[in-house]
Amino acid sequence: MTDIKVLGPGCKRCQATETIVKDAAAQLGLAATIEKVTDYAEIARYGAAATPAIVIDGKLVHAGGLPKEEDVRRWLQQAG
Amino acid sequence: MTQAVGPLDSARERRSLLWGIGLAIALPLWFLLYRMLQPIARAIVGLLPIEPGSHLAASVEFFFYDTPKVLMLLTLVVFAMGVVRSFFSPDRTRAILAGRREGLGNIAAAHLGIVTPFCSCSAVPLFVGFVSAGVPLGVTFSFLIAAPMVNEVALGLLFALVGWKVALTYLAFGLLTAILGGWVIGRLRLENWLEPWVRDLRAAPASIEARKLVWADRFDAGWDAVRDIVGRVWLWMILGIAAGAFIHGYVPAELLSRIMGADSWWSVPAAVLLGIPIYSNAAGIIPVVEALLGKGAALGTVLAFMMSVTALSLPEMIILRKVLSLRLIAVFITVVGSGILAVGFLFNALYS
Repeated sequence: MTDIKVLGPGCKRCQATETIVKDAAAQLGLAATIEKVTDYAEIARYGAAATPAIVIDGKLVHAGGLPKEEDVRRWLQQAG
Repeated sequence: MTQAVGPLDSARERRSLLWGIGLAIALPLWFLLYRMLQPIARAIVGLLPIEPGSHLAASVEFFFYDTPKVLMLLTLVVFAMGVVRSFFSPDRTRAILAGRREGLGNIAAAHLGIVTPFCSCSAVPLFVGFVSAGVPLGVTFSFLIAAPMVNEVALGLLFALVGWKVALTYLAFGLLTAILGGWVIGRLRLENWLEPWVRDLRAAPASIEARKLVWADRFDAGWDAVRDIVGRVWLWMILGIAAGAFIHGYVPAELLSRIMGADSWWSVPAAVLLGIPIYSNAAGIIPVVEALLGKGAALGTVLAFMMSVTALSLPEMIILRKVLSLRLIAVFITVVGSGILAVGFLFNALYS
């Protein structure tokens, strides 16, 4: 089970990022839990300096701006 | 991280080439069209049943000329800035600034504040991320002040619409305010005025393995910025141009130069106060600036208004309240406000 967290206070881009991640996981048929983290202290604890950020299995893979779909697929494949 | 080799890479190389060819065609077309805007606007106004030389004609021509002109400029400037910004990222900036001493740190932070891309909803994570990774508070503030104060899009538009002298002075004084403001806040040792959870947080900055960007990726980033920013501000922009057109056609020059001229000392503080509750994207305010200057408003007063609108905004204060105590926000407003006042008075003294 891959553990994915989308970090962000809930702005438009953060929601868009969550959608991209969900779609990519579904396309790859990846068994994953996707969780949204909106608490600022928790976001900071992952070491992210910008949002939206993505954490896969505890590792920060992306911070700041919309991720590219091909990148998201690559991160998920490496994790899964 | 191992780079994907083979078909993916050659596809990216090919896309870089396509981008290059596309730009080589699009840029000359852009300049050609840009040069033809004035005659086109005249022709449109000539077709309308408006008396030539009237207030209305002046306003309408300003509108029809300025709208495509500013939108075209905005697109070009935002694209270029998007490409430039792809060379920077918040975590790289944080790595550069962590453990920096004050002084040089403030100078570096103010410059990086202009070019580091981050959206306004990132302000809090950014602030917390910087402070918890050991970037001194004053240096963090230099960054936070410079980012909205020297808006890179506003800078580009000022350069194109008002002139390089004004643009450069805006840049220089914006940087100076950010450097000195951050330095003063650092000297005041206000770490205790942070919200407790921020003060106690010590997070190891995580490094992200960035993928190698090819030029196609950077041009993509520029195009994304165009779609994002132009998509968000075009309406504000047109409202700003409409306001500018009204000023251009109807507001008498003596009235403006009496209210906003260099002789009335109170106009600078009034402009700053007026700008705090108004929050507009810098891009929307430039056409107004252009029209005000054309009518004899003093440069310092207009710049003070512009900086206040972009750098001191209520929504941002409300977001920052999550990490800063009210006292620290008050200090922030005071320091930045004084900086803007100083810029306003200095400009009025220099250019009148």
